[in-house]
Amino acid sequence: MKVKSPLEIYKLLPQTNCGECGFDTCMSFAAHVLDRTAKIEDCKPLVEKAKKDKKAAEKLKKLKEMTAPEIDEVIIGKDLKIGGEEVLHRHELTFFNPTALFFDVSDTMDEKTIDERCSRVVEYRKFYVGRYLTLDGIAVRCVSNDPEVFVRVAKKVAGYGKPMILVSLNPKCLERALKDVKEYNPLIYAANEENYKEVLKIAKKYDVPAVVRSKDLDMLKSLAATFKSHGVKTVIDPVTEPFGKGLQKTFERVVQIRRTAIMMQDKDINCPIMITPISAWMAKSDDVSKMYWETVIAALFIVKYADVMILHSLEPHSIMPIVTLRANIYTDPRTPVQVEPGLRAINNPDRSSPVMITTNFALTYYTVESDLQSSGAKGWLLVLDTGGLGVEVSVAGGQFTPDKVKKLMEETKVAEKVDHRYLIIPGLAARLQGALEDETGWKILVGPTDSGRLKAWLEQNWPPKKEVKS
Amino acid sequence: MPKINLEDILKLLSNYEVEELEGVEIEGDIEIEIEGMSNLQAIGAELGMAAYHLARAAMMLGFPFQQLFTQTQVQTQIQQPQLKEVEKEEVIELIKKKFEPYKAEWSGYVEEVQLGATRKEGGTRKYTIKLGGAKSLPFYIFDAEQPNLPAVSIDVFDRPVPLPKAVRVHYEDVMGHPDEWAKKVIDKFGADAVTIHLISTDPLLDDTPPSEAAKVVEDVLQAVKCPIIVGGSGNKEKDPILLEKVAEVAEGERVLLASATLDMDWERIGKAAKEHGHCVLAWTQMDINSQRTLNRYLLKKVGLPRDSLVMDPTTAALGYGLDYAYSNMERARIAALKGDEDLAFPVSSGTTNAWGAREAWMKESPLEGDTSWGMREHRGPLWEIVTGLTLSLAAVDIFMMMHPVSVAVLKELIQTLGGKKEEVSCEDWIAAEI
Ligand code: B12
Ligand code: SF4
Repeated sequence: MKVKSPLEIYKLLPQTNCGECGFDTCMSFAAHVLDRTAKIEDCKPLVEKAKKDKKAAEKLKKLKEMTAPEIDEVIIGKDLKIGGEEVLHRHELTFFNPTALFFDVSDTMDEKTIDERCSRVVEYRKFYVGRYLTLDGIAVRCVSNDPEVFVRVAKKVAGYGKPMILVSLNPKCLERALKDVKEYNPLIYAANEENYKEVLKIAKKYDVPAVVRSKDLDMLKSLAATFKSHGVKTVIDPVTEPFGKGLQKTFERVVQIRRTAIMMQDKDINCPIMITPISAWMAKSDDVSKMYWETVIAALFIVKYADVMILHSLEPHSIMPIVTLRANIYTDPRTPVQVEPGLRAINNPDRSSPVMITTNFALTYYTVESDLQSSGAKGWLLVLDTGGLGVEVSVAGGQFTPDKVKKLMEETKVAEKVDHRYLIIPGLAARLQGALEDETGWKILVGPTDSGRLKAWLEQNWPPKKEVKS
Repeated sequence: MPKINLEDILKLLSNYEVEELEGVEIEGDIEIEIEGMSNLQAIGAELGMAAYHLARAAMMLGFPFQQLFTQTQVQTQIQQPQLKEVEKEEVIELIKKKFEPYKAEWSGYVEEVQLGATRKEGGTRKYTIKLGGAKSLPFYIFDAEQPNLPAVSIDVFDRPVPLPKAVRVHYEDVMGHPDEWAKKVIDKFGADAVTIHLISTDPLLDDTPPSEAAKVVEDVLQAVKCPIIVGGSGNKEKDPILLEKVAEVAEGERVLLASATLDMDWERIGKAAKEHGHCVLAWTQMDINSQRTLNRYLLKKVGLPRDSLVMDPTTAALGYGLDYAYSNMERARIAALKGDEDLAFPVSSGTTNAWGAREAWMKESPLEGDTSWGMREHRGPLWEIVTGLTLSLAAVDIFMMMHPVSVAVLKELIQTLGGKKEEVSCEDWIAAEI
């Protein structure tokens, strides 16, 4: 974003403090626009006025320009956003639109394989910190070089409802497919030095975003500038060379492009970047080795600036590290990752269900909660306010203390909810067992160190065996 | 049953000094076949296979790719733009532009620290390792030469330890024999250095006295000729005494003493290092200010030379705080390059932490809603690779790792990004049959 202070934005706002944007003052709104938690368009009075008043229209236009992200935002399909980044290092603000992950099908694959691959993309999900990590779309590759074959497969894939990339260097194939799937707003891949005139015409005619592709950065910049000057939403592909010197050079190109776009505000090359880990599959090697190297390339460029990727391996063991890394790198470092402390009822517990305790660190809480939910076990889960720290950390650092546990139990009146007096604590808090018994008067049971094992543990240990009195 | 060309295998073996692969047997003189799997062998063979594939993945770059695509003709069809007759033909001209790259300029640089000392230098190491010396962000060799690429050390323990199965199989034969364990990681798994963790000194484990534990260090120094790192048990009272003893017995070898922390007697460790010519690993828990403070204490209060300090700002695994670890290290490195001398030191990462993540070791997802997690023997190594790879892009100069295949793959990537690899030409994927 060009502007660096909310004042610059404020100056051009209506300054009436009407509150319609949801903020009390225009100044507060300006501050939120600056850190991108609000958009200029949210100031309805200004938008309305701009429709009638020329001066206001100019202000609005200027504001939009001033607050546009450093890197263009491009939409694929209905609403998959790529690009829109502001910074080179996530700690400087945050990264915004997670790298979009597309998986390929080729038009020479048999129907069954295509269906299977598409279903995998659609169905993939991995639970992580309170949500599911998923995959973004499907890249249809024209291997047949036959426009009719290509369009048939493109239509079939479109039926799966995921954003699409149409992959072919043959403008005829691209155009044939677009005739039928244009309304899905696919990204077309790719224009290069040879075919750009044709591809540009097609992109304009069908109003779809396009990728320009070249290893030569002068050519890449020229292509991008040309496409953008015609109003085409443009993504750049500096060509992913998967091995040896080529990979090192690819890394260099990607860093240089993004750095130049942000540091020098080069508006020709400030496009989302396409990376193709799929190229690892061009090695002569066994499939497992290719899968490994593809994962390495994907991880490398998730950290460094890829906005959209085409991959091949749909093995869950290669997808999982990639989607997890993407979630980590694109986590907003500005927002605390905690949940509300208190008492949660899991799976409609009753008076004989176990009482357990965990902390309010989002990662810890969601891990434990989802483990319990999916195990089907009934239970009462106490969530202790440790200031957003995990179990082991807060035990070591002194935020997980017996008196705080006692207070939480009183506040939540958990004693009134159950007939027993047993509290299950995480294995990593075992050292607090004695002190907790003294403080709460409840019998403390030490659970497993990983909540993933709670189900098996409960089957073994709940209800607690009556102690044999001698 | 995967068949592999023997020529490739030999190349692989010679390059990685791997003498044998579990579960893999050579049959005839042309092909090699993965052993038929009985139930009992299944796991071992599977792992062997995974290991083999992995090492191979790491090696791919060395293969002659040019010849490979003669059979699979790639049909990249590029059509000359053909102008169709449209009513109003629009002229499309290429707007010629020149790409002027941004030039990064940094005033600071990372201190260069040498681990190990040769005979000439007063030790007995065959080679030494230099860490740090960077004048730009990691692998930005287009900004400035990177004098030393990151090194990899493999963890060795002085008593048997519980390890995830995928890791354990590689060390079962050497558990309890730290000297053999050390030999194995250097000779077979291609580590640059060894980290010997003297965990038996933990009062809750064997409570081994420091003088006895230090003998293990002597054994390891005998067994391998690489630079070594020595870790304690993490016991705040005992570690300073232990590391002091280690400093004495390893006099002159330029060992890295791991670790000094703020909540223990760091002064004692620092002094011992200074007196006997070693380096200190300064470990803080993901807090840049504590790191600055500890470094400053060691430099100013103890008088440790600047070329004897390495820092560990803490490694959290992929999915378990990697984002904190990454940004913490990246911030520290950028500060160093901007001239913050308190942070201008090589960075070490306990990448083995990746194995603590349930995704690395659990058999399958405990959650019903999840798609299957896939094969565990690939997941684990990939988890360690991605954790290390990510942090290598932030700052790491030395990795402490465990799975041999993760080590091989990460080293391959380091060499590649460091510009040490040859040009490898390969066909375009766009219209290829995959
Ligand atoms: C990230 C991290 C931090 C981050 C914390 C971020 C956060 N929001 O929590 C920061 C940088 C702040 C930090 C600080 C410190 N840390 Co720290 N930190 C870690 C690290 C790398 C990961 C911890 C984590 O997030 N785990 C993931 C979460 C999900 O795990 P969890 O909360 O324990 O939940 C699991 C289980 O406990 C269980 N579970 C949870 N609830 C329940 C409930 C029931 C009923 C059951 C049965 C099970 C269960 O299942 C969950 C899933 O597996 C670990 C090392 C490691 N790799 O494990 C060190 C570690 C935990 N830290 C450690 C220490 C010492 C500290 C400090 C005290 C250091 C210092 N000297 O300043 C400070 C303390 C700060 C404070 N409390 O004030 C030590 C603890 C040693 C010990 N056992 O006592 C560790 C183990 C590192 C080490 N090897 O020394 N740390
Ligand atoms: S809606 Fe517009 S005018 Fe009203 S307070 Fe918000 S920014 Fe100011």
